[in-house]
Amino acid sequence: MSVLVIADHDNKEISPATLNTVAAASQIGGDVVVAVLGSGCDTAANAAAAIVGVSKVLKVDNAALASGLAENVAPVIVSLAADYSHVLAPASTYGKNVLPRAAALLDVQQISEISGVVDADTFERPIYAGNAIATVKSSDAVKLITVRATKFDAAADQGGSASVEAVELGADAGLSSFVAVHETKSDRPELTSAGVVVSGGRGMAAKENFALLDALADKLGAAVGASRAAVDSGYAPNDYQVGQTGKVVAPDVYIAIGISGAIQHLAGMKDSKTIVAINTDPEAPIFQVADYGLVADLFDAVPELTEAL
Amino acid sequence: MKILVGVKRVIDYNVSIRVKSDGSGVEKDGVKMSMNPFDEIAVEQALKIKEAGGADEVIAVSIGPAKAEDTLRTALAMGADRAILVESTDEVEPLAVAKILKAVAEQESVDMVLVGKQAIDDDSNQTGQMLSALLNWSQGTFISEMEIKDGAVALTREIDGGLEDISVKLPTVLTVDLRLNEPRYASLPNIMKAKKKPLDKVTADSLGVDTAPRLSVVNVVEPPTREAGIVVSSVAELAEKINAARG
Repeated sequence: MSVLVIADHDNKEISPATLNTVAAASQIGGDVVVAVLGSGCDTAANAAAAIVGVSKVLKVDNAALASGLAENVAPVIVSLAADYSHVLAPASTYGKNVLPRAAALLDVQQISEISGVVDADTFERPIYAGNAIATVKSSDAVKLITVRATKFDAAADQGGSASVEAVELGADAGLSSFVAVHETKSDRPELTSAGVVVSGGRGMAAKENFALLDALADKLGAAVGASRAAVDSGYAPNDYQVGQTGKVVAPDVYIAIGISGAIQHLAGMKDSKTIVAINTDPEAPIFQVADYGLVADLFDAVPELTEAL
Repeated sequence: MKILVGVKRVIDYNVSIRVKSDGSGVEKDGVKMSMNPFDEIAVEQALKIKEAGGADEVIAVSIGPAKAEDTLRTALAMGADRAILVESTDEVEPLAVAKILKAVAEQESVDMVLVGKQAIDDDSNQTGQMLSALLNWSQGTFISEMEIKDGAVALTREIDGGLEDISVKLPTVLTVDLRLNEPRYASLPNIMKAKKKPLDKVTADSLGVDTAPRLSVVNVVEPPTREAGIVVSSVAELAEKINAARG
């Protein structure tokens, strides 16, 4: 048995979620091999080789793989998959985009966003926005799986000494092309791996008011998130969204500000170690999951809190 | 151009689901069912394209029990021209759904398939990507903007780091994200009219697709619940608690 992990990376750095995916692979058992599919991806491949628990890194360096287009990446995964019992990828937008395409080409029913490993064929995964947990057993010869990062402790990113093997694969399918990426610039920690997250909801009332959260986040060294209501209202960019259809986070401390606590938002943050909520409405569902709640007007409480910390 | 839109009948997003006591699944009897909200966005987008003169026909397709006809009638009431129900009693997995949609897309010679990025019941987020692979078409997932020009579609995708612009050639399979549009409500006259629009019924067998599941469900359980904590009385107390939790 051996497990192939498809790394999520930007040709330089390996994403934090890849480390959690390696941890899930280690739980399944057998050798763990990481594939770095990219272009000019030496740095990323070397970073993968340093992850503890990785026995080998396969580097596929091809211009067609530069921006991770699924039509070009999936056939490479298919070529590599023959040697493995399992192929795993983080349930990031990259993993979600490429892995089902590879699964269909392999005629495999993928298992999405596993939250636990029972045995080599059997996995737990949340359904209905995390309101139920299904345990499913696969009968496919090779298992294709995306991993919910917050459910597995990250493998150490230093201390491993895997060999890096270059593999010649990859071609441009000619179906799609990359145009541009518009990254949300931030000096703050990445939302899904931050130790503290400060999130704002509909109660923030305007885009400008997110500056209050920025100040609090800066004080705490925290990432800033948002509920779907806040993103839909244009108060925050899409990549801030925490919830069933956005990002899933599980920081040490999650501070929900002006967020009522819709089911689909709770799905994205209820595994946080400590949940703090500030809301004017004492009946808001968020208080049913919060460890510490404060019923107050956020426009008074947040600046005061920033001062007090 | 012809557009095919996949719509799934799911438990309404406002319903608090209940896990069956025997662990076999989620209670669906007597529960309000609706169109998967992401699929509503897909239907709306297809209609927008048609209304702007970019398509001649919008066909809605659903795979599920006879009751899925209701979901298709909703799509027709929104404005789809006709509908196809692929009847099935089983819980059809995404791979089999993709195979069925491939057969329908080929039969109908469509140029574009629109689906929601995920269904809110099993949260798999697979069908569009799988369909695109099986058709060997281009793929655009999690899209928040689109514009058709010169045999290609310029897309904006919602990705972890922000937004990404790509261009995909037609024919294509697109999976839609929340911010693409606001789905319309069907008006009463349109609901009445939808009752008379054509709705064909076929089976997965007649399309040559084996829907036998690859995954067996061992059990379905409720997640561990979180106990509500305490309400603090002041900002100072809250600051103290936060500092303690940060360790």
